[in-house]
Amino acid sequence: MAVPSYATRGERIWHYVFLGLCGLIFLFLIGPLLIIIPLSFNAEPYFTFSDAMLRLDPAGYSLRWYEDFFTSSAWLNSIKNSFIIGIASTVLATVLGTIAALGLSNRHMPARGAIMALLISPMIVPLIISAAAMFFFFSKIHLAQTYLGVILAHTALGIPFVVITVTATLSSFDTTLIRAAHSLGANPTRTFFKVVLPLVTPGVVSGALFAFITSFDEVVVVLFISGPEQRTMPIQMWSGIREQISPTILAVATMLVILSMLLLTTLELLRRRSERLRGMTPG
Amino acid sequence: MSESPTAPLTTADGVPLKTSLRRAVRRSKLKAFLLVSPLLLFLVIAFVMPIFDMLWRSVDNPEVSSTLPRTVSALEGWDRESLPGEPAFAALVEDLRDGQAARNLGLLSSRLNYEKSGMRSAISRTGRRARNLEPPYREALIELNETWGELDTWKLIQREASPYTLSYYLAAVDRQLTPDGEIVKVPEHLEIHATLFWRTFWMSGVITLMTLLLGYPIAFLLANLPLRYSNLLMILVLLPFWTSLLVRTTTWIAILQSQGVLNDMMVAIGVIADEARWQMIHNKLGTIIAMTHILLPFMILPLYSVMKTIPPSYMRAARSLGGRPFLSFRRVYFPLTIPGIAAGGILVFILSIGYYITPALVGGQSGRFITNYIAYHMQTSLNWGLAAAIASILLFVVIVFYMVFNRLIGVDKVKLG
Amino acid sequence: MIKTRTFKGSTIVVAGLSTLALAVSAHAETLNIVSWGGAYTESQQKAYHAPWAAQNGDEIINIDRSGNALAGLRAQSQAGNVTWDLVDMLPADAMIACAEGLIEPLDHDALLAAAPDGTPPSEDFVDGALGECFVASIVYSNVVAFNTEMFPEDKQPSSIADVFDLENFPGKRTLLRKPINNLEWALVADGVAPEDVYDVLETEEGVERAFAKLDTIKDEVIWWEEGAQPPQLLADKEVAFGSAYNGRIFNAMVNENQPFEIIWDAQVFELDGWVVPTGKLDKVKDYLRFATDTQRLADQAQYISYGPARKSSSDLVSTHAETGIDMMPHMPTFPPNFATAIPKDDEFWADYGDELTQRFDAWLAQ
Repeated sequence: MAVPSYATRGERIWHYVFLGLCGLIFLFLIGPLLIIIPLSFNAEPYFTFSDAMLRLDPAGYSLRWYEDFFTSSAWLNSIKNSFIIGIASTVLATVLGTIAALGLSNRHMPARGAIMALLISPMIVPLIISAAAMFFFFSKIHLAQTYLGVILAHTALGIPFVVITVTATLSSFDTTLIRAAHSLGANPTRTFFKVVLPLVTPGVVSGALFAFITSFDEVVVVLFISGPEQRTMPIQMWSGIREQISPTILAVATMLVILSMLLLTTLELLRRRSERLRGMTPG
Repeated sequence: MSESPTAPLTTADGVPLKTSLRRAVRRSKLKAFLLVSPLLLFLVIAFVMPIFDMLWRSVDNPEVSSTLPRTVSALEGWDRESLPGEPAFAALVEDLRDGQAARNLGLLSSRLNYEKSGMRSAISRTGRRARNLEPPYREALIELNETWGELDTWKLIQREASPYTLSYYLAAVDRQLTPDGEIVKVPEHLEIHATLFWRTFWMSGVITLMTLLLGYPIAFLLANLPLRYSNLLMILVLLPFWTSLLVRTTTWIAILQSQGVLNDMMVAIGVIADEARWQMIHNKLGTIIAMTHILLPFMILPLYSVMKTIPPSYMRAARSLGGRPFLSFRRVYFPLTIPGIAAGGILVFILSIGYYITPALVGGQSGRFITNYIAYHMQTSLNWGLAAAIASILLFVVIVFYMVFNRLIGVDKVKLG
Repeated sequence: MIKTRTFKGSTIVVAGLSTLALAVSAHAETLNIVSWGGAYTESQQKAYHAPWAAQNGDEIINIDRSGNALAGLRAQSQAGNVTWDLVDMLPADAMIACAEGLIEPLDHDALLAAAPDGTPPSEDFVDGALGECFVASIVYSNVVAFNTEMFPEDKQPSSIADVFDLENFPGKRTLLRKPINNLEWALVADGVAPEDVYDVLETEEGVERAFAKLDTIKDEVIWWEEGAQPPQLLADKEVAFGSAYNGRIFNAMVNENQPFEIIWDAQVFELDGWVVPTGKLDKVKDYLRFATDTQRLADQAQYISYGPARKSSSDLVSTHAETGIDMMPHMPTFPPNFATAIPKDDEFWADYGDELTQRFDAWLAQ
């Protein structure tokens, strides 16, 4: 966004002020995530930079909070739970959501708008309301305090993301490609696996990633419907923050920030791949 | 045209084309619907039914009618002017004996104590001694606990005998029924829920405005930079979007608390004295800062996708027609971004009024939302009917905004990432 | 086996099952025990759980959920999946849970161990310790403590009125985010005699008077919700005064050498103890008998400064297990500490708790 040559001096000044402003907003967005990374290596049990850390004295830094994490059975168990619940609900949400998206992208789909609104509602209804409602209902049908109950609840929460990303991919899907495949002699199965699937996969995978992160990060519903056995990592963090935040939580937070960076990179690669496959130039 | 105009077009096998097409469409419709149905069925069980169950619970009122059936029928035709006669008292004693034996007086006493303080001990104390009471029961009960000699107690029992109640909804908006069934405001010192609803809405409004103020320039920059720069900067927007909510909340605690990074920094450079550290967390300010940060990407992304569609030539045209920069921006560019502002604004507002975790962790006393009260009544006060009523009201508000959003933008246009 | 052939099979099965049941009861079990966490659970671990596990190999899992125990019991019973075997809770909550049928009624003399001299439990436990579904193990107290380093040596606070005196004793205070205790203290600080507190609170003027007194310090109060918070805030010097359970303060003073002191004036004391979720009595009754016997209750007092709920245990209370200090002066029931004590009135709170909590929340939200 270069300054046009006809810009006046005032406009040039404004332009740089604007860029400076944007820089500050970016700092606001990203700074907090970066600041906890060094803090998690604090040798002292505080939430702030010690003098030794500011002097860059190695003695001010330590891995003790990471050690704390990896030697605590409560934390490790909660990670295990988070992965079990996250993976199971992702698989369910992805399968159900993808099949439904195939139907939704059919232009003869009856009551499409209403159904779409319903499918997306778990994303819009505040979590605390879903949590309270599921608590009441799941208790009645004996699903509360079970793994299955938590998995089903997280599946419901993850579904909108799968439906949105897969229908978006399908709507930009060029149906002439299918006809082309047919006319070149491919049978429907072959067409599905060789043409449709490769083009749709990026949408499905990114929908699955969204569903996974939704479950992996979800506290409120688990707080209400889980029992002591289904303690997930967010629950462990939540109770830690509420009582007394130890820097162990910062170590966990740092690892989660790195995890989200990895997920983001994966998504970006998927996006590029899908654009390339469609013959668009990558940005 | 050799064929007669009335003869229908037919397919190769002689079926009229119209019928054949209609059949094909029907088959296609059915196929589409069959594909969607497993998910629909799943969501109905795992999501829609729970929501309806909650709505039902917010008006459900089984306690009096199921625990005190004899008392309720003995009160039929009572004049409500003076205490009921001996049969009603005798029926109450019998009901309480049964209730004590079946150990289900607890829910009844909690239910009535919401409406009238003192009912809990009246019922539990009477329940424990009901077995040994001797007629005449009227005197015996009043002697045991004077609550039974109050007209209001009996009016309350009669009123709550209905299997449905609006009491929870009234309580959720700080109203109550008088013993004679009039709706009145609760005394000022008991007003809490309406205050919190109001606070939730205005604070969400402030948060929405803040995200707009911060998000607009960023979206503008991203939409107008060359792609290779904007893609890079987009990552800075998406990273917080993808980072755990708890992590983002934790970092704000680390930054804002009184022994936190920001206060330490300001003390170190001498802006504030060590004793006069700023209170930036556990209050409204903390909630607003943390939630603005958390919801900012939800504002930037819709704004960006709208701005991306505005050709830069519009602004240049306006300029070349002699418009001053700010004027051309206001008259030409800004109106074109209003759909984005609407989309982002409604989205942020809906998400904000339903937030629970962040206000609970950084809001302290003054920065709590109505959602915190839903959790409180679910987990601590155990007044589940009231929790359901508050949640239902909030749900109604969200649905209204959701429908506006759907009408304006369309949910299927929502882009992620 | 004298029965007909058709019954023979099932008789064998029954016989088999009963031997199996015997084998199981002799076999080690896992007990899920809910308690308050922190120093308190630790004291239970040392005094009851560890010796019990050593004796018969049961595994005991501590769950720190007593703060929300009533909600948890209700939820589990609704869900039809009760996972808790034994719960430590307050008598007021136990009364409610009992009335709702969530916990088992207890026949104390049959279930619990007699004192060493043969006194039956119903006589050996202190007043109010045995409820319909409840058996107390300790007497504990809600007190206000302060960090001695926050005040000059010649001007240390000593009464509950000092907590409400910002002029002479400035600094932040941390108090429980509930009306309970705070209203009682506000009235005592305002001149009401400890024994009249609940009579005054039953009147509208009394409640107004208590809130008016709390108003005077409202701006200086940080409200806590978890028992672990006040000692931490006091240690960090974020606050000068903090209301807390006396055992937590004792633990910080003795085990962590924190410069705290307890203001025993107007301590609000109550009992705390065990309840058995419905259906779990057979599983936990042996443990319950063990954990509430005279020796175990006396042992617990070596680790934390809560008074045993059995009279026969009191004589056995001696010194702190780790530091060897005399425990008696740290007990809520030690006569000098007990002079102005307020017994918490459970019935008052059962009746007025809903309304006062709402009023308190509304007051906080203002």
